[in-house]
Amino acid sequence: MHVSMTINGKAVSDDVEPRTLLVHFIRENAGLTGTNIGCDSSSCGACTVHLEGEAVKSCTMLAVQADGHDLTTIEGLADGDVLHPMQQAFHECHALQCGYCTPGMVMAAVSLLDEVPNPTEAEVREGLEGNLCRCTGYHNIVAAVLQAAGSEGVSS
Amino acid sequence: MIPVAFDYERATSVEHALSLLAEHGDDAKLLAGGHSLLPLMKYRLAAPAVVVDIGRLSDLSYVREDGDTLAIGALTRHRDVEVSDLVHSQAGLLAAATSKVGDPQVRHRGTLGGSLAHGDPASDLPATLIALGGSLVVDGPSGRRETSVDDFFTGFLETDLADDEMLVEVRVPKAPNARWSFQKFNRRAQDWAIVGAAIQVEGDRCGVGLVNMDSRPIRAAGVEAALASGATAADAAATAADGLEPPADLNAGVEYRCHLARVLTRRGLEESGVS
Amino acid sequence: MPSILGTSVLRREDRGFLTDGATYTADLDDSRLDGAVHATYVRSTMAHADVTVDATGAFSMPGVVAVFTAEDLDGPTVLPGVVPVFAEPILNRPLLAGDRVRFVGEPVAVVLTEHPSQGEDAAEAVFVDYDPRPAVVDPEEAATDAAVVFEDVGTNVSVDFAAFGMATGHSDDAFFSDCDFVVSGRVAQPRTASAPLEVRSAACTWEDGRIILWISNQNPHGVRDALAGLYGEAAPEGIRVLVADVGGGFGAKIAPYPEEALLPWLSMKVGRPVRWFENRTENMNAVGPGRGHIHHFMLGGTSAGDLTHYRLDVLVDGGAYARIGAFLPMFTLPMTVGVYDIPNVETAARSVVTNTTPLEAYRGAGRPEATLTIERAVDMFATEAGLDPVEVRRRNYLPADAFPVTTSVGTEYDTGEYEASLDLALGAAGIDILRAEQQRRREAGEVRQLGIGVATYVEMTAGPAPGGEEYGRVEITPEGKARVLSGSLSHGQSHRTTFSMIVADRLGISPDDVELVQGDTDEVEYGGGTFASKSTQLGGSAVHDAAGAVVDEARRVAAELLEAGVDDVVLDTDTGLFHVAGSPSVTRTWADVAASADDGVLAAESKERRGCTYPFGTHVAVVEVDVETGYVRLDRHVTCDDAGVIVNPMIVEGQRHGGIAQGVAQALLEEVSYDADGNPQTTNFADYGIVSMAELPSFELVPLETPTPCNPLGAKGIGESGAIGSTPAVQNAVVDALSHLGVDHLDIPLTPQKVWAAIDTATSRGADRN
Repeated sequence: MHVSMTINGKAVSDDVEPRTLLVHFIRENAGLTGTNIGCDSSSCGACTVHLEGEAVKSCTMLAVQADGHDLTTIEGLADGDVLHPMQQAFHECHALQCGYCTPGMVMAAVSLLDEVPNPTEAEVREGLEGNLCRCTGYHNIVAAVLQAAGSEGVSS
Repeated sequence: MIPVAFDYERATSVEHALSLLAEHGDDAKLLAGGHSLLPLMKYRLAAPAVVVDIGRLSDLSYVREDGDTLAIGALTRHRDVEVSDLVHSQAGLLAAATSKVGDPQVRHRGTLGGSLAHGDPASDLPATLIALGGSLVVDGPSGRRETSVDDFFTGFLETDLADDEMLVEVRVPKAPNARWSFQKFNRRAQDWAIVGAAIQVEGDRCGVGLVNMDSRPIRAAGVEAALASGATAADAAATAADGLEPPADLNAGVEYRCHLARVLTRRGLEESGVS
Repeated sequence: MPSILGTSVLRREDRGFLTDGATYTADLDDSRLDGAVHATYVRSTMAHADVTVDATGAFSMPGVVAVFTAEDLDGPTVLPGVVPVFAEPILNRPLLAGDRVRFVGEPVAVVLTEHPSQGEDAAEAVFVDYDPRPAVVDPEEAATDAAVVFEDVGTNVSVDFAAFGMATGHSDDAFFSDCDFVVSGRVAQPRTASAPLEVRSAACTWEDGRIILWISNQNPHGVRDALAGLYGEAAPEGIRVLVADVGGGFGAKIAPYPEEALLPWLSMKVGRPVRWFENRTENMNAVGPGRGHIHHFMLGGTSAGDLTHYRLDVLVDGGAYARIGAFLPMFTLPMTVGVYDIPNVETAARSVVTNTTPLEAYRGAGRPEATLTIERAVDMFATEAGLDPVEVRRRNYLPADAFPVTTSVGTEYDTGEYEASLDLALGAAGIDILRAEQQRRREAGEVRQLGIGVATYVEMTAGPAPGGEEYGRVEITPEGKARVLSGSLSHGQSHRTTFSMIVADRLGISPDDVELVQGDTDEVEYGGGTFASKSTQLGGSAVHDAAGAVVDEARRVAAELLEAGVDDVVLDTDTGLFHVAGSPSVTRTWADVAASADDGVLAAESKERRGCTYPFGTHVAVVEVDVETGYVRLDRHVTCDDAGVIVNPMIVEGQRHGGIAQGVAQALLEEVSYDADGNPQTTNFADYGIVSMAELPSFELVPLETPTPCNPLGAKGIGESGAIGSTPAVQNAVVDALSHLGVDHLDIPLTPQKVWAAIDTATSRGADRN
């Protein structure tokens, strides 16, 4: 089946089996390997991308469901060499270690701030419940999201 | 991890979807947001020969008033229910329960109708619809029919929907003055409820639905009856698990689940103003 | 200009991860892998059975290039164990199980297909006929040998550590006859999954008689050496192991697994590169978890609170084959007494085989197990003796002026200030206010009771004693920059930042002008990888000393250029310029010196062996327990962790955060479970509760630096401390919250059901007494 979508502003189209997951289309057909696969049960959020500006788990969508839609992946977030404020905050707050959850975590965090612009610490923790990180203990991720939102920092 | 290969059909209208179901019978499964079906397919626990994608039927995504009833299209996403002013003002319990479904990414894709049609006793929304006293509008070869929520959930992952029918609308009595509580007990925020209690109190009428306390989404009829005959919240809640057959799993055995049902029901009733 | 060391330099490795997701093994776009086939393993679905594998059904499936079972293997057939002290059948893991499977998830066949999705389809067409045998699942039952996993070995006890002189053995109960109080107990420390977010992934090809293997792994030289044992003759030109970015390891990716070790043979058979990655279910079933200990202890002392006698008996569930995990009492036993001066100690330890996933290492690897038991035992002793557990700790700590100190089990601790860590942590937590609040809630009979748990730990990094060595090399490029080669392997630990700081500080250049080379066994002569919290103290010290040696060599060259004696030439580390002492205006740059070096090479290496170190700390956990539901919420977690001299506080704090979260999750959520037939029950992230940020608070960290004399940096390890101190602190807190109800011990994980059942039992017991 032929599917076409816009990823990071570029048109991408290819023939795929209907069973092709969106994350596989992004990685294999579009060649964008920043989006990672961490689990198979929609639990970890490593595969989070934006579909029409909203965070979704691309392992729990078929590529055909995204046909005709506008997507953004981690590769599309920065403005050239200038990091998105969320990326910059992750860097400044040391919110990543092995980096594997990071693309999904950043995309989910950007989506969270679209919906809750000035979150409390509790709102950040609830709002990113669907993204698992095994390295950071989340402390600095929460701090980074609050910093990007311009909210109060967490207690240290 | 990838599903078994299948044929993909994209429905362009309800009529088209119904004709595809008529054509393929029980070989076909409807795909809405996909957050119940796709995980099963990835684990190869479900392997439909035909997937009928109804996700683009945008005319089934709405929240509107219809007299004393709130009508919600089956393909309304959790996110849209969660933030709907109408849902907040007329069915606060539904907004609260929906905000606890999965995680934000799941709520951006999953739909109210998909969650109900899956009929999972561990899911938050079926029990919520029971507490709300809602009904479901089903379309099929012999036209539309409306069924009470009490007749809809027939067994474990089984509903009143025939293979050639689809859920098109969810109807909830407007309850602007109701008090309510959604008690979800789990180990991690993103997990399914170990036990949940959905409670709505409106005047002297009380609805109580329980999550994960039987083989199907279940009404705590004994609690409702006890309250109707004047029992206190604590006394009514003590009956919450009576006659139920909850599952046992790693998180909870039967005895613990029954205990949780009683505690959560009491807390929910108290939060809803029942003393 | 002050030294860059000790400052929170932002990470140099971040940009790729943040912008294009960097390059993990599955992301590799390397021409040497063009035309690769994909490997999919067919795995046992039974824990213990005789099997017949019929792969014929898979040959005709779409995209299938080849299918292999054990009987096809004409090269290596087994992967030898890592620690060769076990009986051979227990030690050697079949690359593909032939006629017997011993755990769910064990590979029995492999299909090679053009595309991964075809592999999943074809794997389903391989028919495995099972003739079930009794599954040995419970380690305590395994120890009775009622049913054995290996008939030819005849016993499930794979190793008894007393036989190696690593345990003392036990005497009789007279051992405790002088004690006023003796407490005893059984402490279970269930299996915990490492669960790095990146699953295992590898790729392999052959190039002119050489194997090139890419692998997501913590220890590339170890992988090279293991493969050399299997393919030494087949690959006369050697083996090159390459490690791209690694999405976490936590001990699960130290040694190669059969799935990875078979790839060179598969590639040779089909004459094409082979790529492999697993899915999360495979990862949960086939990757070794950690912990898996059952301890029995007795602790005795005086009514005044002096701890005098301790006995520890360790039983390890090593799983179906003896891998790293089965031997980890080698780290538990030396840490038996923790931070305490307990004069009389007896130990015993055995590992058994069971029909479960072979045990590997997990963050802490043997030391958390020792800590958890002694820290529970001290709390239980204090309760029994009617003393404050904090005061019992304080009374029995090895005192700060005793270091270096050899403990009663013969372990030589370098430096420690245990009481200081206690006071700092308790002060930050506000212990008096917390105790008052706890009392208020008890008296009010509130639903949410408060518990305060304290644990003081000491651990061993870069173990086992007497320590180890790491390779470090510093080369000066023609541009005057530094190229640093290290045998350590960052997979999240931030070596590129930390090592750059260390080298830059010595050379007087910018960290941005330091390139780190790791994860290539051709470029890096040898290495010990990254585990056991050793990277900074061994790897950092190696590049520190190599940089120092380069400076010495550079001064010799600069002396010729400056026409001065070498002793008169200095390197100004503020500017990175060489000059003659007292004449700072005439200078030579690193580039000048490099251009004039002998043979054009300005480089130095360090290979020195260095001792292990003993970082320590105190954790204070504050929990709320809902006594109606049993739900535990960690409200606060305050820690004071010593890591010796700290190179980069930001990175050290990050390591502490991560360890704390894992240790808390072990206390509250995580347990690898099997049913009675050996079927795994926690095979994905929905059933296995990896903690999310919604269940955790932000952590409160108190700094403490106690330098070690064991290395030139004065640094100790910090990677595992968080996971070692937090688990017993949280466990002690939950028991503390319920102590007034009569609960005296609860094993981890402290699930709501378990906590509720304990409350229910204790309160109905109390009701019976009334």
